[in-house]
Amino acid sequence: MTLLYSIFVDPFVQMVQMPDLLAQTLWEGLVSGVLYALIALGFVLIFKASGVFNFAQGIMVVFSGLTLVGLYEKFAAAGFSGPLAAFTALALAVLVMLILAMVIERTVLRPLVNQPDIILFMATFGVTYLLIGFGEMVFGGDPKQMITDQLFLPRGAYDVAMLGGHVSFQKIDIAATVIASLMIAGLAIFFQKTRIGRALRAVADSHKAALSVGISLNQIWVIVWFAAGVVALVTGIMWGARSDVSFALQIVALKAFPVLILGGFTSVPGAIVGGLIIGIGEKLGEFYWGPLVGGGIESWLAYVIALLFLLYRPQGLFGDKIIERI
Amino acid sequence: MFYREAGQFKQSYAADQAIFPIRQDRIGLAVILLIAFVGIPLFGNEFLLASVMVPFLILALGAIGLNLLTGYAGLLSLGTAGFMGVGAYAAYKLSTIFPEVNILVWILCSGFFAAAVGAVFGLPSSRIKGFYLAVATLAAQFFLQWCFVRWSWLYNDNASGAIEVPARTLFGIAITGPSATPVTRYLVVLTIVVVMTLIASNIVHGRIGRSWMAVRDMDIAAQLMGIRLLPVKLLAFAVSSFYCGVAGALMVFLWLGAAEPAAFDINLSFVLLFMVIIGGLGSLIGSFFGAALIHILPIAIRMLPDALGLSIGAATVEHLTFMIVGALIIFFLVVEPHGLARLWQIGKQKLRVWPFPY
Repeated sequence: MTLLYSIFVDPFVQMVQMPDLLAQTLWEGLVSGVLYALIALGFVLIFKASGVFNFAQGIMVVFSGLTLVGLYEKFAAAGFSGPLAAFTALALAVLVMLILAMVIERTVLRPLVNQPDIILFMATFGVTYLLIGFGEMVFGGDPKQMITDQLFLPRGAYDVAMLGGHVSFQKIDIAATVIASLMIAGLAIFFQKTRIGRALRAVADSHKAALSVGISLNQIWVIVWFAAGVVALVTGIMWGARSDVSFALQIVALKAFPVLILGGFTSVPGAIVGGLIIGIGEKLGEFYWGPLVGGGIESWLAYVIALLFLLYRPQGLFGDKIIERI
Repeated sequence: MFYREAGQFKQSYAADQAIFPIRQDRIGLAVILLIAFVGIPLFGNEFLLASVMVPFLILALGAIGLNLLTGYAGLLSLGTAGFMGVGAYAAYKLSTIFPEVNILVWILCSGFFAAAVGAVFGLPSSRIKGFYLAVATLAAQFFLQWCFVRWSWLYNDNASGAIEVPARTLFGIAITGPSATPVTRYLVVLTIVVVMTLIASNIVHGRIGRSWMAVRDMDIAAQLMGIRLLPVKLLAFAVSSFYCGVAGALMVFLWLGAAEPAAFDINLSFVLLFMVIIGGLGSLIGSFFGAALIHILPIAIRMLPDALGLSIGAATVEHLTFMIVGALIIFFLVVEPHGLARLWQIGKQKLRVWPFPY
């Protein structure tokens, strides 16, 4: 009876009694949800356009962030520091992501075209290993501080008195949410309104049909991997600013998987909504129900939430309906 | 000309259904087993036995388990390490609660616990498949690993949170614990792996294996042919987890000697999946090839600079190993997406028609 009480009644009583704590938890969940959604967005872009389940997205986040910080450190060592150097490094990091996209397209995607999905999935594992080794060799394996000040990202927190208590909003979190929203809006416009965006959607619908009307698949793949790389870079900056840039981030990036299955592999809105559901659900669960079983349930709660949704809708919340033919 | 079955007539159904119907295969297998059982223990040094062969065999057994699920039944799983952990912790609990029973019995029994857990986590496969299922099995991986950390009953409330292998004997010879020699451990592991591989071979060539393959190739068509999907898929999960559980128990008891929950983290799942895919999906011998490549290659790369007389820092070697393994994975996938087992088949075919090209 006490157990049932502590599962079904007590958490809600707490929520009502201390609304400021609830608001804080919801905000934290929202922010981590936005970051999950950003990683998931990179996955979805690539999956839609090339059908590749890109395991390397997580490491691309780390690698791009590391490239940015590493380049800036190299500049600073040469006596060239400040905002100008930071933005030069940013531009160079974008360039590195473009080169990476081209190299991956040339060496991985093109030779493996028409192979089963699982082979392509494994190939992105190979890319992951390569990037881990390369990143550590060039920039070193220790965690690095993100260059927030030089990129004009805010620091500190707003303490807002509300709901009978204090809720603190980290400025970087607000900035992350705003930038993520802007980027998602930008991507949506790019997809809907531009010529390349239309070509991307055509490829996502059907490779063969797109080829037959003269769309170059190889070009589209480079563009889409580059777009995913830029998304990864933004994610890396935001996430790096919240903690630091290290290879531990790639474990966090695994959290994007439940977001993906929740939202569906092919749906951009799904990635965003899924990210928010997972982020908020995970924080609420950890905060209110976690102590019952000794805490630490954040590591698997997201997967269980996603699994429950899946049993109800196997194609995810927004995924295309799976039609099977014999 | 070296590998021709001409002139070998089968005169009974039993002969026709044999696992190795061709005489050259039987001779080759006998030679390999002779080397493995006699040659390596006699001439191998401690490093070869304890750090190369024992891990290789155990990882190959885990890869066989995953291959039964992913390669034969077509169900992609990323929870392998979790199921291996179940086997390891079950064997540990059983052997500490009932110390008088032979340890080998418990190592094999632990597979049943892993099988039960695997079947439970296989339930979502009735509704979902493909990458969606892979993510569902990730739930098993993270949940089980969380259990190993938080559920202190599993590791007998040790302060360290790790499981330590008790010393046990078989016929008066120590086979687990610090006093066991690498040779005995190697022979025990080899025997178990050989027997279980033989059983796996029989399973996949029989009715069960055929129904798995039918489900893999197209599940709706298999259903129309009268294969009940859920029992078949759950059986695949159970058998696969049994193999993984035994591999996990062997890993702790005969290889590592002690294990923390981190030994069964997601990286182990990925490494096993590599082995299965590089080795060849749906091939038992491929599991051995894959395990050999993925386990022995990094060891060889690490030893290479010393052998060549180059002095490279340890960290650099580590990074280079990562890069080379990554590049090789891509290389092998590009050259032969069907894995090393396919190369093996091509090689056999070449031997068969030699000296003619085809």
